[in-house]
Amino acid sequence: MLELKNVSKTFHPGTADEKRAMDDVSLRVAEGDFISIIGANGAGKSTLFNAICGSFFVDRGTILLGGRNITMEPEHRRARTIGRLFQDPMRGSAPDMSIEENLSLAAGKGGWLSRMSAADRREFRERLKLLGMGLEDRMKAPVGLLSGGQRQALTLLMATYHVPQLLLLDEHTAALDPATAEKVLALTRSIVEDNHITCLMITHNMQSALDLGNRTLMMDNGRIIYDVSGEERKGLTVSDLTDLFRRSSGRALDNDRMLLS
Amino acid sequence: MSIDKILTLGQTAAELGLIGGLTVLALFLSYSMLNVCDLSTDGCFTLGAAVGTVTAIAGYPWLSLPAAMLAGSLSGFITAALQTRMGVQSLLAGIVVNTGLYSVNMMISGNKAALNMSKTRTVFSMAKDLLKGTPFAGQYILIVALIAVAVVVAMLCLFLRTKLGLSIRATGSNADMVRSSSINPTFTTTVGLCVSGSITALSGCLMAQQQKNFDINMGQGIVTVALASLLIGGVFFSRYKPIPLRAVGAVLGAIVFRIVYALALRLDMPAFMLKLVSAVIVVLAISGPYLREQIPMMRRRWKNAREGRSAG
Repeated sequence: MLELKNVSKTFHPGTADEKRAMDDVSLRVAEGDFISIIGANGAGKSTLFNAICGSFFVDRGTILLGGRNITMEPEHRRARTIGRLFQDPMRGSAPDMSIEENLSLAAGKGGWLSRMSAADRREFRERLKLLGMGLEDRMKAPVGLLSGGQRQALTLLMATYHVPQLLLLDEHTAALDPATAEKVLALTRSIVEDNHITCLMITHNMQSALDLGNRTLMMDNGRIIYDVSGEERKGLTVSDLTDLFRRSSGRALDNDRMLLS
Repeated sequence: MSIDKILTLGQTAAELGLIGGLTVLALFLSYSMLNVCDLSTDGCFTLGAAVGTVTAIAGYPWLSLPAAMLAGSLSGFITAALQTRMGVQSLLAGIVVNTGLYSVNMMISGNKAALNMSKTRTVFSMAKDLLKGTPFAGQYILIVALIAVAVVVAMLCLFLRTKLGLSIRATGSNADMVRSSSINPTFTTTVGLCVSGSITALSGCLMAQQQKNFDINMGQGIVTVALASLLIGGVFFSRYKPIPLRAVGAVLGAIVFRIVYALALRLDMPAFMLKLVSAVIVVLAISGPYLREQIPMMRRRWKNAREGRSAG
């Protein structure tokens, strides 16, 4: 499905700020995998996503998606098959435009000069109903007036409007209050399961890293230091994970954002 | 001042407001929608005037309009290419194109700093002939300007509702989101600046024909005047209002600006003050909301300083 072969990326090479953000990373993701990714700040988790999405081009290595070599494809072209959600709920939608206008861009139907039809609006309405947030009655409202949770739910809908080959979730519930976070996470789960979307999710919550999905990766210093799935993963607890981290990286998890409960 | 005089004054202000309002509509697209401050506007306005004047003098008054628009969109294309494909910062790209356009405009006018059109057939003189003997004979400029603005507003609003138009709006609102919708923001920025360039040039073309005169410096400071009008227009219909209302608001802003300016002239303000007044309006409109936010903080600082003194 998705395959990274020996991918490396160094930021600011040759300067005092030189940072090896991805160090010979290889990863094979199977169709239908739901992988959670954990690791301290600066471990390279978001860099991994940026590399897959094409926010920058990698220095070395190849990236294959569904058998297609996308290593040198520009970001907007990759976006046809990759959906992505960020921690910041404001990043996924255009605040000055209405809900239906945002959805219309995500749906991307018709030619450049085509306009939103009544049928399109009906379809958007049906999709919005699935979110259960009452947004279907506010389709003309500017997105800038929605709450963070509503915007993130809308972004989720937009990112999965056409079922993507791959969905990347970058701590997409971390900026929401606990109740809203739970709701958005439940929505994510149902959309991913209903459409059998292959999904990678970065999280700082170790418990949900183990609860969600079928495989967990741990990153440190631009490398994948631990990769667990199947039976072995079923027996894992949060303290096993912290022990593992200490053993593999040779230091304690010193990140206060890591939630251990 | 007699009623007649007031009416004439109002009519002139409306005429100039409408013709200049086209430039405001162009900025409405580039500045409000695309979030690009296009500083090539001055040169582009003069470019439209130069191309329109030369075409009209050559005997093709109708052709002058599309010719000016084509030239304007080319200029917009270059400004866009500089900033999206060649790594020139957005503001600098506009300034560079603006500077270069001076030479281009001189080339077009045949190395003449001014061209006179008093005996040339223009779209205005043709409208004048057409309306001769009708009750509207005195309003021929107003009618031509009104038609031009109505057509541009209608086309612009229709355009902004298409997928391309939505993409342009989204590029100004959140470029990340445009990319994740599989649309190339380079493309949308380019189209947006081409369209806004063509409208600016149309504005310059009509202005020169209405004044029956082309002047190489006629565009100087237009971007500030238009920005001031746009910001005044924003007072009528703000950010979250429907697009057609905001476009009409932009034109109204241009007319209000011209009326206030005409009144100020009546009160013996010298004509050369126009640009300073526009500059001050732009500064006030942009910094006003910012300064208002700062007031509570300033109060606290003063209070702190006072208490500090009395405590010491």
